[in-house]
Amino acid sequence: MKETTVLKDLLIKDFAQLEASANGQAETVFFQQQKEAFQQFESLGFPTTKNEEWKYSNVKNIINEQYSFNKPTGVSEADIRALDTPNLQGNILYFINGVYQPQFSRIVSPVDQVLILTLDEARQSQPDLLASYFNKLARNGTDAFTALNTAFSGDGLFIHVEKNKVVEQPIVLRFISDTRQGNAGIMARIVVGVEENAQVKFAESFRTIGEQKSFTNIVTEIHVAESANVEYYKVQMESDAASHVGTTQVKMLDRSQFYAATVCLDGGFIRNNLNIVLDGQYCEAHMYGLYLPDGKQHMDNQTLVDHRLPNSYSNELYKGILVDDSTGVFNGKIYVRQDAQKTNAYQSCKNVVLSPSARMNTKPQLEIFADDVKCSHGTTTGQLDEEALFYLRSRGIPKNEAMALLMFAFCEDVLANIRIDAIRENLEQIVAKKLNAEEK
Amino acid sequence: MLKIKGLQASIGDKQILNGIDLEVKPGEIHAIMGPNGSGKSTLASVLAGREEYEVTGGSIEYKGMDLLEKSPEERAAEGIFLAFQYPVEIPGVTTINFLKTAVNEIRKYQGQNPLDAAQFLRLVKEKAKLVNMNDALLKRALNEGFSGGEKKRNEIFQMAVLEPTLSILDETDSGLDIDALRIVADGVNKLRSPEKSTIVVTHYQRLLDYIVPDYVHVLYKGRIVKSGPKELALELEEKGYEWIKKEAADIV
Repeated sequence: MKETTVLKDLLIKDFAQLEASANGQAETVFFQQQKEAFQQFESLGFPTTKNEEWKYSNVKNIINEQYSFNKPTGVSEADIRALDTPNLQGNILYFINGVYQPQFSRIVSPVDQVLILTLDEARQSQPDLLASYFNKLARNGTDAFTALNTAFSGDGLFIHVEKNKVVEQPIVLRFISDTRQGNAGIMARIVVGVEENAQVKFAESFRTIGEQKSFTNIVTEIHVAESANVEYYKVQMESDAASHVGTTQVKMLDRSQFYAATVCLDGGFIRNNLNIVLDGQYCEAHMYGLYLPDGKQHMDNQTLVDHRLPNSYSNELYKGILVDDSTGVFNGKIYVRQDAQKTNAYQSCKNVVLSPSARMNTKPQLEIFADDVKCSHGTTTGQLDEEALFYLRSRGIPKNEAMALLMFAFCEDVLANIRIDAIRENLEQIVAKKLNAEEK
Repeated sequence: MLKIKGLQASIGDKQILNGIDLEVKPGEIHAIMGPNGSGKSTLASVLAGREEYEVTGGSIEYKGMDLLEKSPEERAAEGIFLAFQYPVEIPGVTTINFLKTAVNEIRKYQGQNPLDAAQFLRLVKEKAKLVNMNDALLKRALNEGFSGGEKKRNEIFQMAVLEPTLSILDETDSGLDIDALRIVADGVNKLRSPEKSTIVVTHYQRLLDYIVPDYVHVLYKGRIVKSGPKELALELEEKGYEWIKKEAADIV
């Protein structure tokens, strides 16, 4: 019998209620999967630091709180617009406490380019199509948060791009946690199916309103079919009272390309899992990450790249600057299976730790079962380059400015890879401002 | 302009400069020569304010100010420029943006308005032409992937843009072939003026064929053991440093 926690007890009650109110829905394939996932969650229980995967990220503060899950609040148009990204064009979809808000959102791409439906709508109008993608990649058996997300997967979004379609405008999902009326819980499930030779770029951003606690548990499943091309960006800018556990599960088929950038700007507790299975030949996966924790923030990025077939390429660059009492974790796993000959897999993690009480834990893990592969990994953790700092100062640039310039350049290595211009430019400004503030 | 008196400096617990006296007047070019490890680069670094070096004795007066009181950026803003022996590669910062920040920070220090984009570009164009600096390099990350010659030329280009009153060239000739050396020296000569002074730190005489000094000083074991006119450099080229070492040993 696993330990109970305040949150677990609450979720058991919530799920019983969900089951009781399911009525006619209870027999659908979706609800059967939810039920099974809840049982998996119950037997797994929340992870503790004894679990190797959670060694450096303690969730005890998250799981001993009550949250009111997926209850949208009365957020005003002005509240929303204050969080807008300037000059951002495209499909912009707002979720308040996990629930889609059509009144603030706009979908501009034509239906013959992309299908964008809430999970509820998709369950009603496209059950078979949704069923072919939903919960196909999730690892409910081994990850309690994913199992929990599957169990409560009422709210969320289904994005489907048909064969050979190019979605011209980006799809931006904006999740806003409103904690002004109490602790807010957010469970959201995003299911993305991109068919053969299709292209789409989408982004998830996370913001907080209010001072009370929030807990987000989001799972994104992305299917990248043969020769498809997907760009995926995740931007986190939440409050110090916000906790976030997010899992992005990607499966790639032959000749597909997947391109991800994760930017953790702010947030009390962040745990991102990015798991990519390269289940095809000649695939290309790129992963970039940037984390800038301050105060007592904790940011944990875990990546798993699983090369299952020959001739694919993956490249990963994660960078962080840690100040104050913040902590960071990077755990990068690369598997190269026996069949995956001629794999090229690269990983690099670079950190600057600017305060004696900040701490960075890195753990690269390569497991290679094929013999004809090129793999490399490297992690560095250190200070800013003193020689570079002196060089800038010797040209008249004051120390604080010089440090900010060097730190920005360090971050730009990651930010430059964000190919939605408005998002990149906005992030560059926010990062520059944050780095300047930290130096003063 | 510059008065160094009894300067002593150390790094860690190793004393490197053991009492340097040197005076540089406006318009003069002084060459500092000496064998490896004699303290030449340390002197250049101490003048520019490198913090790893601790000044343990003596004084440096520059334009009537106590230079040792000033931070590296204040020294730069007061007109001191160090051309690095090993210019640093800084990925992610373009030469042009870096230089714009530098120019405007110095102007701010001097109480002047910042240059706008058009004014700055005009300045850069003019100076790039003066020292034959390739425009394409300016848009690239600072010194990243530059050849040895390109890096040194970039130093001279920065010097041209910042218009220092005291330039210190630290082994600018090291790693340069004769053509690159000539181009770099040419740039330095074009920037000469009666108000501006230069200290050329070098191991070899060949740079001094192109940048002709008014005085030559020989540094050995952290002291200036011999000073003389430009002909001293030729003598050193001919006889090497052994006789200086012997002479110095006799004095001590």
